[in-house]
Amino acid sequence: MAGHLTVRDAHVTYKLPGRRLLAAVDGVSFDLAPGEVLGLVGESGCGKSTLARAICGLEPLSSGTVTFDGQSIPTLGLRRRPAHLLRIQMVFQNPYSSLNPRRRVGDQIADGLAIAPASERSSVAQLLDDVELDRNAAGMFPHQFSGGQRQRIAIARAMGARPDILVGDEPIASLDASLQAKVATLMRDVALKNGASLLFISHDLSVVRVVADRVAVMQAGRIVETGPVASVWSAPADPYTQRLLAAIPTADGLGRLPAA
Amino acid sequence: MTSPDLRDPALRDPALDAPTAGAATRLRFAAVRSRLRLPSAYRRPMAIVGFTIIALWFIVAIFVPWIAPFDPLAQQFDRLQPPGPVNWFGTDSLGRDVLSRTLYGARISLPLALILVVASAIIGSVLGAIAGYFGRAVDEVIMRVADLVFAFPTIILAMIVTAALGPSLTNAVIALLFVSWPSYARVMRSMVLGARSREYVVAGRLLGFSPFRSLQRDILPNVAAPVLVLATLDFGNAILLLSGLSFLGLGATPPTPEWGAMVADGVQNFSDWWLAAFPGLAIFTVVVAFNLVGDALRDSLDPRTAGAVQGVKI
Amino acid sequence: MSDTTPHGLSLRGLTLELGSKGSATQILRGIDLDIPAGSITGLAGESGSGKTMTGLAICGLQPAGSRLGGTISYTGPRGSAPNLLALKPRAMNALRGREIAMIFQDPTASLHPMITIEAQLTDGMRHHLHVSRSEARTRALALLSRVRVPDPETALKKYPHQFSGGQLQRIAIAIALASEPSVLIADEPTTALDVTVQAGILRLLRELCDTLDLAILLVTHDLGVMSALADTVTVMRYGEVVEHGSRYQVIREPQSAYTKSLIDALPHPPAAVPDAAAAAAPVLGKDAL
Repeated sequence: MAGHLTVRDAHVTYKLPGRRLLAAVDGVSFDLAPGEVLGLVGESGCGKSTLARAICGLEPLSSGTVTFDGQSIPTLGLRRRPAHLLRIQMVFQNPYSSLNPRRRVGDQIADGLAIAPASERSSVAQLLDDVELDRNAAGMFPHQFSGGQRQRIAIARAMGARPDILVGDEPIASLDASLQAKVATLMRDVALKNGASLLFISHDLSVVRVVADRVAVMQAGRIVETGPVASVWSAPADPYTQRLLAAIPTADGLGRLPAA
Repeated sequence: MTSPDLRDPALRDPALDAPTAGAATRLRFAAVRSRLRLPSAYRRPMAIVGFTIIALWFIVAIFVPWIAPFDPLAQQFDRLQPPGPVNWFGTDSLGRDVLSRTLYGARISLPLALILVVASAIIGSVLGAIAGYFGRAVDEVIMRVADLVFAFPTIILAMIVTAALGPSLTNAVIALLFVSWPSYARVMRSMVLGARSREYVVAGRLLGFSPFRSLQRDILPNVAAPVLVLATLDFGNAILLLSGLSFLGLGATPPTPEWGAMVADGVQNFSDWWLAAFPGLAIFTVVVAFNLVGDALRDSLDPRTAGAVQGVKI
Repeated sequence: MSDTTPHGLSLRGLTLELGSKGSATQILRGIDLDIPAGSITGLAGESGSGKTMTGLAICGLQPAGSRLGGTISYTGPRGSAPNLLALKPRAMNALRGREIAMIFQDPTASLHPMITIEAQLTDGMRHHLHVSRSEARTRALALLSRVRVPDPETALKKYPHQFSGGQLQRIAIAIALASEPSVLIADEPTTALDVTVQAGILRLLRELCDTLDLAILLVTHDLGVMSALADTVTVMRYGEVVEHGSRYQVIREPQSAYTKSLIDALPHPPAAVPDAAAAAAPVLGKDAL
C-alpha cells in the first residue's frame, strides 16, 4: 500500500533578531504507516504546527529528511506543487480563514477533485455526503456556514484530492466544545474510509485519545513520548506527558482542580 | 432557512437557526448585500449627494449636444459678457458661451479621468500583485521604480514627461499614468503580502494551484475592495491633475473646452470672474462628489467585508 | 444596607436588544442569575448563546446602540445599588472601576503593549483608591506576589511582550484586583492558555475567591474548566437560561435536553461513577490548596 511517511531527525530552525536561532523542530523522527491515525500532541510553541508545515513542504528543513514513499519533500516555492505530493493534503486550524470567502463551496471542493486520479475521482455531492452536509451546500458561500460546517467543507475539499495522508493542524481548536469530538471523529472516519492515513495535531489530549491509534507527545521541538494511545493515556512514561495529562480538567462535576 | 445541514440538529449552527441569532445571519447577509449593492446609501446622505452629482455629470457628458444651449466653439456673441439671460454663465474673450463650453468640458475631462484611473489602477495593481506575490528581485525592482516616481512631486514629474512628449491631452494622460500607478502598486503589494499567507491561499497551493492561478482565484478577488476605494478617491485627483496640466498649457490645446484650460483662460482676464469661476465650480463639484462616494465606499467595504469574511459574531 | 443581604450581584430579567427599534434582535431574553460573594458562578454555553454578552452587560460594556432591560442589583461591603442599569454613566463608571473588574480571554490584547506593568497596575489604584505613588507601588508588589508572578520587583519594570501568556493572565488578574473589587467577571480566562498553564490559573482563581471573598462569574464553554472551578453552573442557549444548579447536579444529572447534549458531546462524558464515590470525593476548593 502506498503512502508511507517517514520523518528522520528533522530540524527546522528560525533566525531570530540578533543572530539567535530558534529550533522550532529539534530532531524529530517518526513513521506514519498507511491507514494509521497518529495523534501529535503538544502545547503552543512546541513545534507541532511547524512540523506539519514541513511535512507539506511549506517550511524548509534545516537538516534531516521527510520522505513520502521514499521521495523527499522539497519546499514549495513559487512553482506548482509536484504531482506526487498532491497526495498529502492538509486541514487548517481556522475554518474562518481556510476557505476562500468569494468562491462557492462546490467550486472549492471541486479544486480538490480536480487533482484526484481519474479512476478514484469522487463527486462534490458524494464528498458532501461523506462529511454529513446537505448537497445544496455546494451552491453557497463559506460565510453562510458555521465554524463546524466550514471545517467539514475543508475536510471534504482535502479528501476530494484522494490523499494518502491527511494532515490536520489543530483542526478542532477553533470549534465549539460540543463539536470538537464530533468533527475529530468524522475526520478520522472519512480519512480511513478513503484509505488515507491521518496525522492529527492537537493540543487537546482528550480529543486525540478519541481519534488516534498512536500518539506522539511533543515538547520544545522534540518528541518526548510515543506509543499506542491507550497505554500513553493510562501509563505515561515521560514526566512531561504525566504533567500534561494531570493538568486536564475533567468534567466530572466533582470540583477537582487539576494539578498545576 | 439557510442552514444546509438539516439532518442532524446538533450540527446546526446556533447562529443560523436560532431565533436570537438569526440576528447573526441577518447581519451576515446584510453585509453581503451591502457588498453587492452600492453602499447602503439611505444611511449615508452625503454618498447620495455624491452619487447624484456624478450621475448628473455623466448624463451631461452623454447628452450635452441636446443640453448645451449653443455651440461651444462658435464665436457668435459679444466678447466678455457677464452672466445674463442669454448667456447664463457669460461669454469668454472670443465671444463663446461659457455655459456651453463648461458643459462640453464634461465630455473631455470625465472620460479621460476614467481612462486614466482605470488604466493606472490596472497597471499598478498588476505590478504590485506581482511584486507582493513573487517577492525578492522582482519585488525590489518594481518597488524601487515606484519609489523613484514617488520621490518627485507628482505634478512636476507629469509636467516634465508632457513637456518631453509634446503638449496634448493624450500625452497628458500618458504622463499622469506614469506618475499615478505607484500608489496602486503599493496598496496592492501590501494587500497581497498579507493575503499570501492566508490559509485558503496555502490550501489552494497544496491543491496544486500554480502561482498565477493562486493570484487570480484566491488572492485578487479578496483584495480588490481597497483598490476600488482608492480608485474612486483617485478619480477626483485625476481630474485635478488633468486640469492642472491643461492650466499650465501642457494638456488641452485651444479651442478644446477643457476645464483646466478654461480656468487658465479666466486667470488671464482676471476681472471677468465668470470665466474661471464656472469651470472651476465644475471641477470642484466632480472632485468633491467622487471623494464623498469614495469615503462612503471605504466605510461600507472595510469593516463589513471584514465582518463577512470573518463571520460576524455576537 | 442591612448586613443580612448577602453580598454580590443579582440579575433579574436582564434583556439586551441590538439593532434599530423596528428590527431589533434579542440577544439576551431575560436572564436571572445570582453571583454571590465567596463563590464561583459558572456561565456555560456555546458561541452565540449570550454568555459573554451577559458578562459585558454587567460591566456596562455592552455594544454601542444596544438597549438593556431588567435589573442588576449590587450589594457590596462598601455600599450597594438596587439597579446598576439605572445609574448615571458617571456613577456606573465609578462603580465599575472600583467594585466590578473583568478579565478577558486574551491577556496580550487586554494589556497596553507600550506601558510598563507598573503603570498599568498603579493607574487604576491611584484613580480609584487615591493613594500616593509609593503606596501604589507597594500595593502593586503585593498584588504581583499574590498572583504568584515571580520576581515582582523586576516584573514591574517590564512590558507585556516580555511575559508568557500565563504570566500575562496573572498580571491581568492583578490589574483587575488593583482597585480591590468585590466582583470579578472572568470571560474565558484560560481558553487561550495551554493546559499546564491553565491549571495554575484555575487554582489561583479559586484561591482568590476563597481568601478575598470575591464574587466570581466564570464565563466558559469548557465544561472541564467549569467542573473544576465553578460552585454553581448556569447553562445558556439563545440568550436564555436553560439550566441552573449546583456543579454536580448540572454536570452529572443534567435536567435539560440541551445540557445533556453538551455533556454527551464531550470526548469522555463523565462515566457513571457510583454515587457513593461522588459523595466521598472531597469537595475541593478551599482545601485543594
